[in-house]
Amino acid sequence: MAERSSGTRRMLRLVLVLVFAFLYIPIAVLVALSFNAGGLPTAWSGFSLKWYASLAGNAAILSAALNTLIVAVISTAIATLLGTLLAIGIEMRRRYGKGLEALIFAPMIIPDIVLAIALLSFFSMLDVTMGLHTIILAHVVFNLAFVCSVVRARLKSFDWSIVEASADLGASAPATFRRVTLPVILPAVIAGALLAFTLSVDEFIIAFFTAGAGRASTTLPMQIYAMIRFGITPEINALATIVMAVSITALTLSQRLNRGVIGQ
Amino acid sequence: MAPALAWLTALMVVPCALVLALAFFRRGIYGGIDYTFTLENFRLAVDPLYAGIFLNSARIAGTATLIAVIIGYAAAYAIAAAPRRWQPVFLFFAVLPFWSNYLIRTYAWIVLLNREGLVTQLLRWLGYTGEPPSMLYTEGAVIAGLVYNYLPFVILACYAPLSRLNPELAEASRDLGASALTTFRRVVLPLTVPGIAAGAVFVFVLSIGNFVTPALLGGGRFQMIGNLVYDQFLTANDWPFGAALAMALIAIMLLVLMAQAMLADRAAGRATEASGDADG
Repeated sequence: MAERSSGTRRMLRLVLVLVFAFLYIPIAVLVALSFNAGGLPTAWSGFSLKWYASLAGNAAILSAALNTLIVAVISTAIATLLGTLLAIGIEMRRRYGKGLEALIFAPMIIPDIVLAIALLSFFSMLDVTMGLHTIILAHVVFNLAFVCSVVRARLKSFDWSIVEASADLGASAPATFRRVTLPVILPAVIAGALLAFTLSVDEFIIAFFTAGAGRASTTLPMQIYAMIRFGITPEINALATIVMAVSITALTLSQRLNRGVIGQ
Repeated sequence: MAPALAWLTALMVVPCALVLALAFFRRGIYGGIDYTFTLENFRLAVDPLYAGIFLNSARIAGTATLIAVIIGYAAAYAIAAAPRRWQPVFLFFAVLPFWSNYLIRTYAWIVLLNREGLVTQLLRWLGYTGEPPSMLYTEGAVIAGLVYNYLPFVILACYAPLSRLNPELAEASRDLGASALTTFRRVVLPLTVPGIAAGAVFVFVLSIGNFVTPALLGGGRFQMIGNLVYDQFLTANDWPFGAALAMALIAIMLLVLMAQAMLADRAAGRATEASGDADG
């Protein structure tokens, strides 16, 4: 950009400081409070891990965490497989209609509440007993779309002539996929899977509507929501810190594997 | 390809079509669905009582969008003006909070804004002795929560065109005697409109359909369309009306997206023109 006066530069620097303060202070306060022995925002009463220890003894939270893990792992696995195949299918053909494009874009833009009530109506009309399995079915819908878009971004620069070359040299289609296509797209596939995993771990509304009655299929975000409605407790601060650490680690890994694709 | 498309069809297209169909039926006497055709649900949705909630949602979402765009654009501008090697780092940290749990980011504002929260503590520390101000469960809290949650996307959307901006254009404008402000208003801003539009649409669409933020930061006092849909399905048990509201939400979303596409087309035309001029 053009040269700037020192006054303008100082102002731009101030904007950055203020914006980052706005983005990070709320999170930082939460993390700091989770280590506060007193647990209250009123006073710092010493460093303590006791809120983390009390989480470990909370059966409801542990069972919710396990449910979240089950949903996230299975839905990510299915979505990664289907999303990758979809991406390859689309990019190989290169000719696709606007309808297909809209179909894949829709899960990313449709309001959560709409997909949630749609799936609730659908499952109850079919008399499907809802539980973790219905949450998994629902999560695959948007996870698949995200995996597909991450892998497609990678395939845009893929040279399809090497696939032809491999076939010409006598490799079978599965061998070509395994030895030629897959190594090229693997970082994007892993990045997409990590993204899907994070989205699934954090997803609340769709899970809330497709979990069915009873507490057996409560996921972590559902548990957190219930706790927040009940009031502020030091345990939520500790739980929030752990959940944030997990998603931020997964996303940082994903970003490293696939520079710049996320967020596009 | 086929399994993925089948999955999307069975678990997205069909359920959404079902909701659309549901919107044309009557509510049964015991909360079930009475399969007789009616337009009553759509009439009810524009009834002054509910139209008020639509307008309310649009106002809250609109205010949040405006604030997020102003802050986000300023931040993106500052990042694009930073030294090249620092830009990816700044951008990464600007987007990072966006990928942490939405509920937790909203909860963080309850911690800040509640009566004995950090903001009150800060005021006390500064010598304030009166009643703690009520900040939580206000419209302002809902707007703050929405801006906070969606700001990273605006920064990202505005950064893209700002970083691609040809610096010679601004220089040429300055050389020809335009002030810094005029250069920004007549050269930089028009060329970065697509980014602003993309960011604004994103914030608006996600805000107007939001359910969590009004429920947690508005304390149920500031109903938005999302909360109304939620109530129809989980408490009032009037699924057909809830379905009609959901379809209205989708209609608003499609309108906004179409407006953005038109704006982007026009801006794309202008950008080609501008780069043509710069080359010539």
